[in-house]
Amino acid sequence: MTHLPDGRYVDDEPFDPQASLLELERKDLDAPNWLLVWRKFKTHRLGLISGIFLLIAYGLIPFAGFIAPYGPNQRFSEHLYSPPQSVKLFHEGEFVGPFVYPMTSEANLETFQWEFKPDTSRPLRLKFFCEGSTYNLAGFIESNRHLFCASEEATIFILGSDRLGRDIFSRVSYGAQLSLTVGLIGITVSFVLGIFFGSVAGYFGGRVDWMVNRVIEILRSLPELPLWLALSAAVPSNWSPVAVFFIISIILGILDWPGLARSVRAKFLSLREEEYVRAAEMMGATSGRVIRKHLLPNFTSHLIASATLSIPAMILGETALSFLGLGLRAPAVSWGVMLNDAQNLTSVEIYPWLAIPMLPIVIVVLAFNFLGDGLRDSLDPYQQ
Amino acid sequence: MRPLLSVENLSIGFGKGDSVVKDVSFAVQPGETLALVGESGSGKTISCRAVLRILPKVAQLRSGRIILETRGKKLDLATLDERLMRDVRGNTVSMIFQEPMRSLSPLHRIGNQVSEVLWLHGRKSEREARNVVLECFERVGFPEPERTYRSYPFELSGGMRQRAMIAMAMVAKPDLLIADEPTTALDVTTQAQVLGLMKDLQRETGMAMILVTHDLGVVANMAEQVVVMHKGRVMESGPAEPMLRAPAHPYTKALFDAAPEIPDAEVVAIPPSRDDLILEMKSVSKTYTLRAGKGWKAPTLIHACREIDLRVTRGETLAIVGESGSGKTTAARIALGAEPPDPGGEVLFRPDPSRPTVPVHDMDRESRTAFQKQAQMVFQDPYSSLSPRMRIQDTLMEPLDIHRIGTRSERREKAAEMLRLVGLSPDMLKRYPHAFSGGQRQRLSIARALMLDPALIVCDEPTSALDVSVQDQILRLLEEIRDQHNLSYLFISHDLAVVARIADEVAVMRRGLIVEQAPPETLFYNPQHPYTKALIAAQPEPDIDRPIDLKLVAQGAGAPEHWPEAFRFNGSDAPPLVGMKHLEPGHKVRCHA
Repeated sequence: MTHLPDGRYVDDEPFDPQASLLELERKDLDAPNWLLVWRKFKTHRLGLISGIFLLIAYGLIPFAGFIAPYGPNQRFSEHLYSPPQSVKLFHEGEFVGPFVYPMTSEANLETFQWEFKPDTSRPLRLKFFCEGSTYNLAGFIESNRHLFCASEEATIFILGSDRLGRDIFSRVSYGAQLSLTVGLIGITVSFVLGIFFGSVAGYFGGRVDWMVNRVIEILRSLPELPLWLALSAAVPSNWSPVAVFFIISIILGILDWPGLARSVRAKFLSLREEEYVRAAEMMGATSGRVIRKHLLPNFTSHLIASATLSIPAMILGETALSFLGLGLRAPAVSWGVMLNDAQNLTSVEIYPWLAIPMLPIVIVVLAFNFLGDGLRDSLDPYQQ
Repeated sequence: MRPLLSVENLSIGFGKGDSVVKDVSFAVQPGETLALVGESGSGKTISCRAVLRILPKVAQLRSGRIILETRGKKLDLATLDERLMRDVRGNTVSMIFQEPMRSLSPLHRIGNQVSEVLWLHGRKSEREARNVVLECFERVGFPEPERTYRSYPFELSGGMRQRAMIAMAMVAKPDLLIADEPTTALDVTTQAQVLGLMKDLQRETGMAMILVTHDLGVVANMAEQVVVMHKGRVMESGPAEPMLRAPAHPYTKALFDAAPEIPDAEVVAIPPSRDDLILEMKSVSKTYTLRAGKGWKAPTLIHACREIDLRVTRGETLAIVGESGSGKTTAARIALGAEPPDPGGEVLFRPDPSRPTVPVHDMDRESRTAFQKQAQMVFQDPYSSLSPRMRIQDTLMEPLDIHRIGTRSERREKAAEMLRLVGLSPDMLKRYPHAFSGGQRQRLSIARALMLDPALIVCDEPTSALDVSVQDQILRLLEEIRDQHNLSYLFISHDLAVVARIADEVAVMRRGLIVEQAPPETLFYNPQHPYTKALIAAQPEPDIDRPIDLKLVAQGAGAPEHWPEAFRFNGSDAPPLVGMKHLEPGHKVRCHA
């Protein structure tokens, strides 16, 4: 450091004016977009946890039969409305490993309720990788192995049993198969429609844009619930549960696309103003090339985030329809169908575990919302 | 005298990274102006934001003291309690931000936003505050303070908004005003007026000022003390006059040399020859129809440009200079065929002296493709002109891809060659654009424009988003490439000094019309039109002895209806563009001869 006589301070470390030209200013941003998004997403803890949770949840769907100790429609007529049983480890201060006490049910003739009494003298250990009812692993491999089951003399109802004596835990795991995938199918339908109409409107503008916008506005102005009801009431009642399931998801998708189409259109319009798009157009690139190479890659992440945020609406939609008895019907099992049993307030009051299928719905919907939030926050990784 | 504000050994860092501001110290005396000078990323904004503690969330003040000594109190702003800090902000220390378009709330009336400062600091009743604000508005040069009080930000132009911001900062009579690049987003003439206003106000109120800028020209006009920063460190600091007369640090020297200057032309230049034209625009006009807000009113016509006659000679540069909204970009877009001109206008392009001219707006598919190969554009914003998803190599190879030229390895070869040509290294091919600085990105977009070996390049304000030092490098690069490859440029700029070195002919535009046209030397030697004179006078130069002449600026930059008789516009009627044969060859002025 030097001080000049006129009071100036001059730094005297060596200085190379040319150095900056070949140096990268932001080494941290030198990566493909997905990597930058991932790096930023990682810092969003709630989103990350939700993402992992959903990944595990969807990963386990094919193995629902393996996790559930019983089949979805397997009945235990001795155990109607059985309360949740707890799995214990210690019997009279002694370690026995995971076990349950066998339950005996008895009708109380004064209150007309089923009363369950655990037989605390007989700890019965749980069995692992045991044989039980047959099911199809991932839909086609026939198997009868279960992760755990109770010994022959006892039952295991972790979340209790319902009106017909079916295990709620097993039904929740089977119900996940339909409840979780209804959103995916719905969102695919809504995605295809939304991207198509949105990009057509955004790219061509003018009359086409006007038409699409009016259709969107009309669809949005229709009250949603009655429309769902009307459409699902139109599904013939003699169709198989699987066909009903597909129709329901498609209905949900058809009613959901306007929102997506709007955001696609808005994104299209704003991206078209970017100078790299103009540059490509001026170089003589065809519209197809501009859309494919410049527009689409630059809003895929945006699309994924908005899709993630609209899946919960689909799941809730299915639940609502099934709850009202207009969506999926027994013998199909979904969380909404299970909640249909909880319509009777009195029985919920006496057997509160009937409302347990609400829990997975709440958790999954929250997880999707957190994940979508996290994705949306990390969409633009270039800002500080 | 004790300094009003002294910053000692300030260090600031983001997250776990290295400090971005390292050991910075400076002091501001009461009533003085201190200029913080540096390029973007030098830490100048962060340092002055630290004074008000309005840093981004991830930033941490790692060390240092910020002592504010005023009204008999001595406060350390680095450690001051957040509640007491609020009393300092806007009251003792206030700030003006860079973007006048974004720093006012669009939903509130200007007057309410400005009086908010007074309400917050709880000194005035509403009526009193209003009177103070109106007085302040009058002082910052609003012709009708009452009307301004009631208007919304969108009703004001950029310069007027910046005046409103100044009023907001000044209304509580602060002891220290921090101005963060207050004029960077403004046109040259507006910049001169705003700077003049700030200087007047300072003289009147005796407040101190910290002026953040990247332009030594602004410093020379405003500051008594200068701190030059680079990469978070102070390179040189001290009184402005000796520093600008003899910069001691090589970085200051570089900044000094890079500042654009209007050359002192002694001779009249010979206009470029007219026999080998590459591009010719013949009476090109463009009118946009704006649907009126009310259904029963006729739509408004907006004349973006009117009767433009321009010729670009092969191997030379024609510059169009004008403020924002003068129609220069529209002219360029028409020249490239991106928009059709109004009927009657014509653009002719001759890629090769041996070939016939082709009309740009009346081409078949084949000649259109050929034209798109031979005419390229360099864009203004280096941050949006490269697709963030594509590696540099894909971006550079895209033009060849579109026109199906060469194999993949040949294309890559060519891309590497172009990178070398623009001064970058070929191993940057695999990188993504966001890793680069603004200057490097502008080089990349020049490289992309060169990929197809064009004959004509339209540069749409290629340097206006860049720092002064980088701007100089880019201009030099453009000159070198032009001479090496015999390119012709149509160069759009709002800054006369920038085009001074690169242009062979300059057309000055205002309100869609060319008001004066001449080779640059002639223009600087003998400017005729008041607007040109204003542009020249408004140019801030790093020369202590050449202050901005505000009178000339005010006269020429005002509305064309107030120009001197001979040049005056009457509504949409303008005087004709006449050649000044008796003065100099090739010099045209829009006036009643």
